[in-house]
Amino acid sequence: MLYNLINGISLGSVYAIIALGYTMVYGIAKMLNFAHGDVIMVGGYMAYCASAYMGLPALPAILFSMLVCTLLGIVIERLAYKPLRNATSLAVLITAIGVSYFLQNAALLIWSSTPVFFPKLIDLPSIKLGHITISAASIITIATCVVIMIALSLFTNKTKLGKAMRAVSEDKGAAQLMGIHVNGTISLTFAIGSGLAAVAGVLMLSTSPLLMPTTGSMPGIKAFTAAVFGGIGSIPGAMLGGILLGVIETFSKAYISTALSDAIVFSILIIVLLVKPTGLLGKQVREKV
Amino acid sequence: MKKINAHSLNGFVNYGLVLVFFAVFQTLSSMGMLSNSFSGQLIPICAYIVMALSLNLVVGISGELSLGHAGFMSVGAFTGVIVSTLLQHAAAPTPFRLGLAMVIGAIFAGLAGVMIGIPVLRLQGDYLAIVTLAFGEIIRNVLNCIYLGLDSTGLHFSMRSAAAMGLEEDGITIVNGPMGAVGVEKISTFLAGCLLIVVVLFVIQNMVNSRSGRAISAIRDNRIAAEACGLNITKYKMMAFVTSAAMAGAAGALYALNFSTVIPKKFDFNTSILILVFVVLGGIGNLRGSMLAAAVLTVLPELLRGFEDFRMLVYAVVLILVMVIGNNTQAKALLHRCSGLFRKSHPKEGLDCEQ
Amino acid sequence: MKKHISFLLALALCLSLSGCGTVPPSGTSGSGSSTSSGDTEDSMPTTPGKTPNIPTAQLSDQLTGTLKLGTIGPLTGGAALYGTSVANAASIAVQEINTFSEQFQIELSSQDDEHDAEKSVNAYNVLKDWGAQIIVGSSTSTPCAAVAAEAYADRMFMLTPSASSPDVNKGKDNVFQVCFSDPNMGVAPAHFIAENFPDARISMIYNNADSYSSGVAQAFITETEKLGLDILSITTFPDDNTIDFSVQLSKAMSKGTDLLFLPIYYTPASLIMHQADAMGYDSTIIGVDGMDGILGLKGFDTSLAEGVIMLTPFSASAGDPATVQFVEAYRAKFKEIPSQFAADSYDAVYILYAALSYYAEANGGLDVTNLTYPELCELLIDVFTDSDFSVDGLTGMGMTWNATGEVNKLPSTVVIKNGTYVGI
Repeated sequence: MLYNLINGISLGSVYAIIALGYTMVYGIAKMLNFAHGDVIMVGGYMAYCASAYMGLPALPAILFSMLVCTLLGIVIERLAYKPLRNATSLAVLITAIGVSYFLQNAALLIWSSTPVFFPKLIDLPSIKLGHITISAASIITIATCVVIMIALSLFTNKTKLGKAMRAVSEDKGAAQLMGIHVNGTISLTFAIGSGLAAVAGVLMLSTSPLLMPTTGSMPGIKAFTAAVFGGIGSIPGAMLGGILLGVIETFSKAYISTALSDAIVFSILIIVLLVKPTGLLGKQVREKV
Repeated sequence: MKKINAHSLNGFVNYGLVLVFFAVFQTLSSMGMLSNSFSGQLIPICAYIVMALSLNLVVGISGELSLGHAGFMSVGAFTGVIVSTLLQHAAAPTPFRLGLAMVIGAIFAGLAGVMIGIPVLRLQGDYLAIVTLAFGEIIRNVLNCIYLGLDSTGLHFSMRSAAAMGLEEDGITIVNGPMGAVGVEKISTFLAGCLLIVVVLFVIQNMVNSRSGRAISAIRDNRIAAEACGLNITKYKMMAFVTSAAMAGAAGALYALNFSTVIPKKFDFNTSILILVFVVLGGIGNLRGSMLAAAVLTVLPELLRGFEDFRMLVYAVVLILVMVIGNNTQAKALLHRCSGLFRKSHPKEGLDCEQ
Repeated sequence: MKKHISFLLALALCLSLSGCGTVPPSGTSGSGSSTSSGDTEDSMPTTPGKTPNIPTAQLSDQLTGTLKLGTIGPLTGGAALYGTSVANAASIAVQEINTFSEQFQIELSSQDDEHDAEKSVNAYNVLKDWGAQIIVGSSTSTPCAAVAAEAYADRMFMLTPSASSPDVNKGKDNVFQVCFSDPNMGVAPAHFIAENFPDARISMIYNNADSYSSGVAQAFITETEKLGLDILSITTFPDDNTIDFSVQLSKAMSKGTDLLFLPIYYTPASLIMHQADAMGYDSTIIGVDGMDGILGLKGFDTSLAEGVIMLTPFSASAGDPATVQFVEAYRAKFKEIPSQFAADSYDAVYILYAALSYYAEANGGLDVTNLTYPELCELLIDVFTDSDFSVDGLTGMGMTWNATGEVNKLPSTVVIKNGTYVGI
């Protein structure tokens, strides 16, 4: 029981950290960035290349990967999303899907379809509590996730740039009138979101080290679900949604059926959304006439 | 003489296009002038056109984002396969079997639509989108666990394994869990596909121009105002959603009966997205655009085979470019100036439901 | 100005991306979907032997003409690994065969099917338009079953390297397999366990959304019941991209499992081994042919796979000259260690060559250039079902075929010791 709970939390923290990126971009730019999962994959490959070919140790490898992903995020935003700033949200959604296909297939051409096993960047011994073993990677994932959540919350609530972000998310037009550089702010959001994706990629690959061009897609969808579960746009919500999703998934696998676990997870999601239509921590938006 | 109004004229143009599509390719095919590659895609194109049209009813006309449309297609596909296999053993004539498979596929998918619609349609926006996505995944996950077989004592069903059904020696497995339905007899025809498109067009166009259709559009444009006018929001949303699900079910049956094997995995999130791409690219609410986009985007990856390894990369770039250029006002203006003729034949804002 | 900056960024990104790729893009799937014809002799990466690598595929001067051969398999998408292996290995076999004699040449075209039945039928139709006379494919079971139905109606001969489901050739006389069928692959491990580990506490984890994995698993369940073996826990996972196996492993662990049967591909298997190790769980693991490739996985700590027992027809580290030559040629051209998909595909091309030579020798000559595919189909069915026709390949010695299209060969049992396969 306790063991499954711990497993669930460590799986959930992987979802949570990906969901943070989703929710960040959604909260500010109001778009579902379906390419997020694929940026995670690129982040993983970058860290892999940095450590396997350039021989960098763990931390510089992660930083390098973050740097490349941040740049990638900015480039994607400039080339694909910025021209659609005033288009319908569906048009942006389809473009994001196009970007996702693009990244996957570019990775396929560059790194080939043969998977690689991600190196142990974090090599710490597992912790044993009685007959339960918790891997170091899980603990680091949970810790990083909490740190990032707090840092992001502080950033958006306390700093000037963060306030600008929230202003843009509330009302683009008014924010612009108040002298906020709307385009720059949105680019910054993408930069941060993509940088986070690199961290998420490295952490995910530490517990499940199989890296191939489609690595990001399935966790991406799960994390997206987690973000909605917690209330998309809410940073603590993403964290909570991710952890809960991981725990529910683990428990339904452990006690009901491994074959039907996805169906159970999604059913619970639906039930939660019916009771709380904007997710667990989502803002209730009042309808104005 | 009664005057033909613009609505019905537009509708007739759509029927005409389908007729021309059928006539041209049927003739080419019978003259042997069509490559195998192209003629093999005709029926899938029909199925995708129907999928795009039916999703357009939800996304364009009812204004709800649905990310699980492929789920309804799979309900229709598997129901259709089961019906067709059962009738095959009852020695029913092929066109009758195909027709009945599509009808029953549509009914079951419609029922699934009712079941899903009741909870789902209380939600809005992206939350509705995620719930439809969740339902698509649930349907796929459950279908992966269904085993159905037939022998002389009747139908056998299991959620565990094919062996657990306890079939007799002469029994056949119709649906084999993740391995899907295999050994399906191919009975779909291009003619049936085109007829299905016409039926679906007929239903949508009449619905859109009816009192209910106007109510649905009104709810899309301003839900609160529509509610204030006394419209029953849930009823009209359900109407659009369930009709759309049923049509997707018919398309699923058509699609499944064109291949000798069909698996639940085919109808996953990616297929739902693909259909959505057809709708968005063709213009939301624009039926003719949906048909065109579905046909072009189904053929496009095949035409890109010449790019070899870079095929899917080019496909992605084309997708992004179309969206970016299509939403760029300058590019649009340029396009309009350059191709006045083209614009007339495929008007972007062609359908009245957008007005 | 900004546009220029973003362009430069994009350019820099591209450079950095390609800068640290393992292989140049052009080499990733090589001539994956290109057509290589007889005059590629100069571009051969290794000096080919002028004798066939597969000994039973004797040179025959009776065989003449140009054969158009098509392969189908996923070259993009989540299953690209399998189709790429098939396309790559076929291109090596074709290059080798084309150096034997000027008289007989093979033209090869490899088409992508994205691991999808609809796309696979499209790929088949594209190959038919191109003029393909024989199909080596499809690489994966479900697409292959769809294509097989078309090929059966068209009378096109199909030899699938790696589609192992019995649905592929059920009721079709023109579809043959190089690999074991799933039921056979599930039966063999059950007997192996009954003989060697009669007291083992067995658990199984398999992919219930994959027809290969669930096909083997179901046959294994049925056979263990017959043999009176108990399986303590059977758990599944829904996708080859699954990232977490902790529940499945802890279920097996809590039942006291000391023998874990994994009828899955090596990719999820590598994760299972990794996560079992992180949990401190140690059990004997038995795998089937899908497990091959685990030692070639870049970056994988092979000590995790120590003691894994595999029933597989091919192992890339085998010492026989044919395998060594093939692995060398494959590595030289594609910078990777070939998987059993590659070996099956390489064998498939040689088996076809052997079958055509066999016919040519027996009937005083065969010119394939102007043969239509139905003619070739009937001719090849006769050869394959001829009880005297057998081929020694990389994936088995003395392979013969029965009329249902299943291959008869024996899987060899290997165990991983010190990072290499050792026969038992």
